[in-house]
Amino acid sequence: MHRKEESLHVPSLERDACGVGCVVNINGEASYQIIDDAISMLENMEHRGATGSDPATGDGAGIMFRIPHKLFARECDELGIDLPESGQYGVGMFFFPPEAEVKAECKKVFQTHAEELKLRILGYREVPVDHQVPGQAAIDTQPSIEQVFVVSDEEDLDQDALERKLFVLRNYTTHFIGHYVPGNDGRFYAASLSSRVIIYKGQLRTDQVRQFYYDLQDSYTRSSMAMVHSRFSTNTFPNWKLAQPFRFIAHNGEINTIRGNLNKMKSKEALMRSSLFTDTELKMLLPVTDAAHSDSANLDALVELLTIGGRPLAQVMMMLVPEAWQNNKSMDQNRKAFYKYHASLMEPWDGPAALFFTDGKQIGATLDRNGLRPSRYCITNDGKLIIASEVGVIDIPSEKIEKRGRLEPGKMLIADLEKNKVLFDDEIKSSICDDKPYFDWIKEHRIKLRLMPEPKELDPVPGEEELLVKQKAYGYTSEDIKLILRPMAEKAVEPVGSMGADAPLAVLSKKSQHLSSYFKQFFAQVSNPPIDPIRERLVMSLFTRLGESLNILEETPEHTKQIHVSQPVLSQVGFKKLIQLESRGFHHKIIGCTYNPDRYENLEKAIDKICAEAEQAIISGKNLLILSNRAIDERHAPVPSLMAIGAVHHHLVKKNLRTRAGLVVEAGDAWETHHFATIIGYGASAVYPFIAMDTLRALAAAGRLQEGIDADKAVSNYQNAIGYGLLKVMSKMGISTLQSYQSAQIFECIGLSQKVVNKCFRGTINRIEGLDFQDLAKEHLAAFRVAYPEHAFAESPLLPVGGYYQWRRRGEKHLLTPDVIHLLQKSTSLGDYKLYKKYAKLINEQDDLITLRSCLTYKKMRQPAPLEEVESVESILRRFATGAMSFGSLSHEAHSTLAIAMNRIGGKSNSGEGGEDERRYIRHDNGDSERSAVKQVASGRFGVTSHYLTNADEIQIKMAQGAKPGEGGQLPGHKVDNWIGKVRNATPGVGLISPPPHHDIYSIEDLAQLIYDLKNANRFARINVKLVSEAGVGTIAAGVAKAKADVIMISGADGGTGASPLSSLRHTGLPWEIGLAEAHQTLLKNRLRNKVTLQTDGKILTGRDIAIATLLGAEEWGVATAALIVEGCIMMRKCHLNTCPVGVATQNPELRNLFTGDPDHVVNLFRFLAEELREIMAELGFRSVNEMVGRADFLQVDQNLDHWKMKKIDFSPILAFDNQLSQTGRFKQVSQDLDIEKVLDRQLIKKSYPALKNLIPVKLESEITNVDRSVGTMLSNEISKRFGSKGLPDDFIYCKLTGSAGQSFGAFLTNGVTLELEGESNDYFGKGLSGGKLIVYPPRNRVFKAEENIIIGNVAFYGGTIGEAFINGRAGERFAVRNSGVKAVVEGIGDHGCEYMTGGRIIVLGPTGKNFGAGMSGGIAYILDADGDFEKKCNTGMISLEQPEEEDFQTILDLTQKHVKYTGSEVGTSIVKSWDDYKKQFIKVIPHDYKAVLEQQKLEKVTA
Amino acid sequence: MGKVDGFLHIGRELPQSRPPQERIGDYKEIYEDFSAEKAAEQAARCMDCGVPFCHNGCPLGNNIPEFNDAVYEQNWKMAYDILRSTNNFPEFTGRICPAPCESSCVLSINKPAVTIENIEKEIIEKAFEEGWVKAQAPQNRTGREVAIVGSGPAGLAAAAQLNKAGHHVTVFEKDDRIGGLLRYGIPDFKMEKWVIDRRMELMKQEGITFKTGVNVGKDISAIELRNNFDAILLCTGSIVPRDLLIPGRDLDGIHYAMEYLTQQNKTVAGDQIDAAVKLDAVGKHVVVIGGGDTGSDCVGTANRQGAISVTQFQYRTAPPEKRKKSNPWPEWPMVMTTSSSHEEGCDRNWSTLTKEFVADENGKVKGLRVVDLEWVSPTEYLEITDSERIIPCDLALIAIGYAHPLKEGLLDYLGVDLSKKGNIEVKDWQTNVPGVFAAGDVHRGQSLVVWAISEGREAARAVDVYLERNSLLERKDHTRLMVH
Repeated sequence: MHRKEESLHVPSLERDACGVGCVVNINGEASYQIIDDAISMLENMEHRGATGSDPATGDGAGIMFRIPHKLFARECDELGIDLPESGQYGVGMFFFPPEAEVKAECKKVFQTHAEELKLRILGYREVPVDHQVPGQAAIDTQPSIEQVFVVSDEEDLDQDALERKLFVLRNYTTHFIGHYVPGNDGRFYAASLSSRVIIYKGQLRTDQVRQFYYDLQDSYTRSSMAMVHSRFSTNTFPNWKLAQPFRFIAHNGEINTIRGNLNKMKSKEALMRSSLFTDTELKMLLPVTDAAHSDSANLDALVELLTIGGRPLAQVMMMLVPEAWQNNKSMDQNRKAFYKYHASLMEPWDGPAALFFTDGKQIGATLDRNGLRPSRYCITNDGKLIIASEVGVIDIPSEKIEKRGRLEPGKMLIADLEKNKVLFDDEIKSSICDDKPYFDWIKEHRIKLRLMPEPKELDPVPGEEELLVKQKAYGYTSEDIKLILRPMAEKAVEPVGSMGADAPLAVLSKKSQHLSSYFKQFFAQVSNPPIDPIRERLVMSLFTRLGESLNILEETPEHTKQIHVSQPVLSQVGFKKLIQLESRGFHHKIIGCTYNPDRYENLEKAIDKICAEAEQAIISGKNLLILSNRAIDERHAPVPSLMAIGAVHHHLVKKNLRTRAGLVVEAGDAWETHHFATIIGYGASAVYPFIAMDTLRALAAAGRLQEGIDADKAVSNYQNAIGYGLLKVMSKMGISTLQSYQSAQIFECIGLSQKVVNKCFRGTINRIEGLDFQDLAKEHLAAFRVAYPEHAFAESPLLPVGGYYQWRRRGEKHLLTPDVIHLLQKSTSLGDYKLYKKYAKLINEQDDLITLRSCLTYKKMRQPAPLEEVESVESILRRFATGAMSFGSLSHEAHSTLAIAMNRIGGKSNSGEGGEDERRYIRHDNGDSERSAVKQVASGRFGVTSHYLTNADEIQIKMAQGAKPGEGGQLPGHKVDNWIGKVRNATPGVGLISPPPHHDIYSIEDLAQLIYDLKNANRFARINVKLVSEAGVGTIAAGVAKAKADVIMISGADGGTGASPLSSLRHTGLPWEIGLAEAHQTLLKNRLRNKVTLQTDGKILTGRDIAIATLLGAEEWGVATAALIVEGCIMMRKCHLNTCPVGVATQNPELRNLFTGDPDHVVNLFRFLAEELREIMAELGFRSVNEMVGRADFLQVDQNLDHWKMKKIDFSPILAFDNQLSQTGRFKQVSQDLDIEKVLDRQLIKKSYPALKNLIPVKLESEITNVDRSVGTMLSNEISKRFGSKGLPDDFIYCKLTGSAGQSFGAFLTNGVTLELEGESNDYFGKGLSGGKLIVYPPRNRVFKAEENIIIGNVAFYGGTIGEAFINGRAGERFAVRNSGVKAVVEGIGDHGCEYMTGGRIIVLGPTGKNFGAGMSGGIAYILDADGDFEKKCNTGMISLEQPEEEDFQTILDLTQKHVKYTGSEVGTSIVKSWDDYKKQFIKVIPHDYKAVLEQQKLEKVTA
Repeated sequence: MGKVDGFLHIGRELPQSRPPQERIGDYKEIYEDFSAEKAAEQAARCMDCGVPFCHNGCPLGNNIPEFNDAVYEQNWKMAYDILRSTNNFPEFTGRICPAPCESSCVLSINKPAVTIENIEKEIIEKAFEEGWVKAQAPQNRTGREVAIVGSGPAGLAAAAQLNKAGHHVTVFEKDDRIGGLLRYGIPDFKMEKWVIDRRMELMKQEGITFKTGVNVGKDISAIELRNNFDAILLCTGSIVPRDLLIPGRDLDGIHYAMEYLTQQNKTVAGDQIDAAVKLDAVGKHVVVIGGGDTGSDCVGTANRQGAISVTQFQYRTAPPEKRKKSNPWPEWPMVMTTSSSHEEGCDRNWSTLTKEFVADENGKVKGLRVVDLEWVSPTEYLEITDSERIIPCDLALIAIGYAHPLKEGLLDYLGVDLSKKGNIEVKDWQTNVPGVFAAGDVHRGQSLVVWAISEGREAARAVDVYLERNSLLERKDHTRLMVH
């Protein structure tokens, strides 16, 4: 399985994201127009695709449509092929390897297989193409493309049967050629083979598809439907096969759970039987899924199998990508039963997805439960249905539009070409759900663990001494009890910490490690959004099931005979209930997981024995296996639970037995979230952490928990805390359900040998080798021996201290020790370089190898250079940046001291997330400046305005943060004082939430859009994208480079933070060494390295660290923690508590007074770092940093070091150096071409000169189309430059636009600009609105009703700070998300309205979607609740619903009157007319905290 | 974790000391009792730092944040277990340690430090009160014999540890009572000696053999010791005092501080001192030369004996009131401090050079010629003209520290290598002579009690490893979970 890579790049982690769409003639009439429209649509989505280093080579695009019989009839006639009637033959679109012999061999195989299946080949047709069209890289790999015509010799074979035969034939041949045809090398590919549809695609740009395939220009090519897809990939390795559409679907999204889905499919495929296929055919057919293929290709294969296997297409989609049903109280019983039933057959294929699907008879689209990828549709009065990622991609005269709308999360839309009608969600789903008595089946067969009888007796809590011995044996430390278990038991929350990690990786620690510490959680960045598990809890589920899974090609009542467990952390009660279910048909077997501690070899032997026992148990009919390491004593050591479950899971997968039993783990060694995450991630359905449970009960009994927490409460709090932690772990990867997370292996392994991985964790990414079974035994036995010493000894009754989260002398080693902190502070405050070198020596020559870089040494390959010839300190200083730390997490004093210091040395400080006070743009009298050169744009968008962006030298988009990648943040109300409130456009005292994802970046093409927005907002600023090191960051970086960023920051996971859950701080992300090397290598491989500047950060502490970062590929470096320490930080790790005793990370005025930092000291630090770097450069013979970048060949592993674990690591992937690739440029040399030369704003600006230069108001007019993106942004930048944040007076530049506006319409629109749009608009309407006014209404000559029409897309006013907007129609999902000041009127909105809103006034004059007001902490919304069901749609966690008061009515009426005035809204008009009737229907939504603060303010006014 | 913002609301508070006028009337410890609640309140000031500098500052590596937290929760038993896991004798260090932990306490950057030392004392006294401190003889004996020479804090700590590991331990002490400097160097008003006796009793019950009045090298030969024991640990201290070689040094009435303090300690213990040699400050002008802790102890003792005046000289310049920039936290603060003995009355002089003892007609000292200095660099000074004067002095006490261990006798016989300074050189606590180990001042040079305990513990582990190839005894900087 494991292919040895010479670099860190992991091909399986390549990502893509896309534009998709379809055009359908509902009446089924075939025409060339449909093809033409679809291709135009594709061409208009070019900005959603991408090109690589060669702009002529696209990432792939294609089109699928119904077989163009007329074309083929004509062509076959010429070729002398006797083609039967339409529908009676199949056409294959084949990509052959171009070598004649190989091609002939492939054809021969195909011929033979066809005959075996009683099919006959009529002939081949070379597909006419223009070879000049593709880019060079695509031409180099271009296949020979031919069509094959196939008929059946069997009489009375209907078309469905023919399709099945063709399906079997295609798979059979593809497998066979893949395995046996020499020289094929995986190149033979059947794009399609069907009697219904055909696919034309390739490694093409969207505008090349039509030119490349002559057939697509041929008017004989006619179809009643066509589906198109344009791909934006993170890599540019050409591969024609990866282009979409696939045979059944076109997919814009990611399947995050693919590994688990595929592992389970392996057993499921083994169980398959079908009445539609013979066993021989099944054998030919399988496997349909294959880990070597992409996630989309696998999903497609399964859709195809299940559909051809007899289920309606819509049912298959519902089964694989179910909508959120678990927590949906309004879903009808039958539909819920349908989903419950299918959950026993299939785990959701989970991840963000817009899926377009067709079987040639129906064509439709659906969104995943989160609905994060846009899909808009339009039905015309001449019978056309158009669905696409954007509106405006095809010109449709507005008078023809009958209905416009958007797909909602989890919803489906289908055009049935046989019935000639469009089917909507309810209609589609109720017919499927009512088809079988799912509800009765479930009621009869499914068991809910919660409802089972209580066990008669519970085991007593073990005695103090016994428990202590056990805790020691399983590896507990006192820190685990104090910092993990107690907070969980008392508060039911995950404990929080700060300032990042500075302890060794497990594979470098000399302290015995928990096995799970070798696993790092994956997280989503860029290609895939994380989810907010708190505010969007409704889409998430922790439920899990136990029991046997049956043949998925059938549906019987027995399929649902399973145990339903509501969450996976079992208490003793739950565990006992589980093993009492024998009589209900659940036969369990407890498999003991211990080994004899005398010899290290015994561990691996025990694993084999456990696997064999598990296999035997299943064969003998057990369907519930319990792996237990409970039975230990001095002769029996526990096998790590994670190892046992992983080994058994994979053994059963290998034996095709996995789905025949549920796996439960009784674990002594599971207590923190990550332990559960790994055990579940590698196969367990539920875990009973018996020592953790005993510990909680003992703590309660000893009175060591806070008052009011008894044992039961402690246990349930703990279950909730772990459950919440698991939601967080899942959500950071964008996974919604535990069912699909289970065994999905969402981890990277770091420090285990491939042998261990192959046996226990097969398929997990594992790049640098590491410990074998014996090494692991040695390590685990160290803990065991503390419990059971080899001879009797009067031990102190204490657990080992741990010392991971807080430094302890007897604990884990740390980089930042008291001595290190002291020397750093003293040397920089005294300006003493010699003393600094003492400090640096402690870090550079660690006795305890803590970092990967500490294991490396230089390879001297050049003559040393004289120090004076080396690039100067001053020149090096410009390459430094400090970290992105917000004013809010840091005190003003700490924040501005860094800024002043960086401005003095010409480096860059970073505003962090939280805006920047304009005052800081004014220089001090002594020339100092507090202005941060880098302005950050993070997911909260606090204070991100046109003026803020205008005042940047660099704009950094924070995709993730090292200490907690994939998570959002929260600034508690007590840290939001008046000043911070002002800078963040928020209400003082009200907490502020930063969502986990950027709500305008759900995919790579979205990031490209944000980069484009920001470039428009400030053409002279570099755009920097901050990523966090993890496997695959290289491919993400390549995607980011293709999205035209100027700088990519690779942050190490060790970086600091103001607050992060401990489990994220410790178990997510990798050190920068790996991520940086991977990014550098991958960018080189894609020939993109010279287009971007690479930065790195994450506990860079010395000049040596910088030298190594440079050699691994970074030309700029970020230093944050060290700079903070120089300012006085003493690694208190209490930033989240606002109690920083040195005034660095606090807003408490008393503590801020204690701040003693000095810019001079910070300057000293950077000068010392640069000087130390120069000394190293001189030693290595480098005279400039540029020549040093990426010279990994100057590094080697330090063989003199003596550390048993280090010798197990294979550093070669990190140190990989390819001289050839390096020739294209190892550092930034080429600037990115962003195509902003011709944007619409250039014209607007020109026409606005009278206003900009002479302060004369102007009125402008223009047409607009969907390719005109970020309109108004550049104009606003010009205004901000000239007039500051105040901008111009209202309506000063008034701009009337007509047409379909592209994405980000009015983004960062500032004061004085009004955009009036007649038409419609796409996503991100009014993003970051900064004072401007937006008006939108449908075309005046429309026939549809404005208030029923979706007029703007998803995510409007994201991060808006001020301004007004009037929307004559409905908006999509997440209207006014994180709005902090915009006032808007709209006539209906989708789900998650006003999410995270902190200010502003929103009036909704129509229906709203679900989860309204989630995380809303400020501002007020007024909803016209005509149907009286608004309350049900609210997330009432933070808001209350009230009757508006007089003051409110005035606001509503004023804004509605304006709305009518600007848009002519009919709804608005009737409201104003019959105000007294409508008045009563309004509901006021106001957050609790906000209300309290407002009331307080009022009170203060009165008393003042 | 203790109270999150306790340090913002609670001030530093120590037990009251008795008024100076009252306490100089006796030799009892000067502090009043402190309630458990007060101690818990003080523990709430602990900030439970991410990087606890106190824990680093403590030579023993006491796990201070954790016992503070336990005290805050009034979980005294746990606090005691935490404390004893690093420190065999908290009742000593809780009384007489200069508490480097407190000077490196993070709170002390800008606020008074947590009262760590007093919390330590409260914990151990509570533990004795509750009967938690019990003799714990080892379950198995290894049969190995270990000799420890010297019963100061280093020797005692090593004895306790080695006994715990199952070895037979014999402690040799040349004096008549166990304790070394702990017993005879430290006045009772700082630590009453029942505190030592209480501990000795427990150690005896645990099976340790104490042999007092045995001067190894004299009363038993080094060879005998080597023959009878599997390992020897030298903890004989740094006992050769530094002298003040100025004219008149040989006059009557000029003594080393330790001679003086020892006599008084014996007197308090009830011994009769021969009047001929008895040193008594009553009715005398006492001059103490040297400004360290020992000097202070002399000041306190002289005041109690009824001196007419007590004057102290130090030739170094007076330390500043606040830390200098070059002496930042968490370093030991070189600042002006006033010991409890100083509070009791003393004329303190800095930058003063003692030039000559002046005799009376009987050859007895009656005065001290001194001159004020002006320091022009850290190493150079000028005498200030016209500042020379003679100070009345009937009893002069030299308290300027110890030079090195006594080489003659045992160390010579054993043939252990010494450093340039004259201290024993060791590698992993073992001297150049296999099986002979050294710890405490004999190795480190003169230092603190807390360092002596620390060295005794660490050396004991080395001895255990030497005897048994591995050891379950804890080290201060290593986890038990270490894997090699």
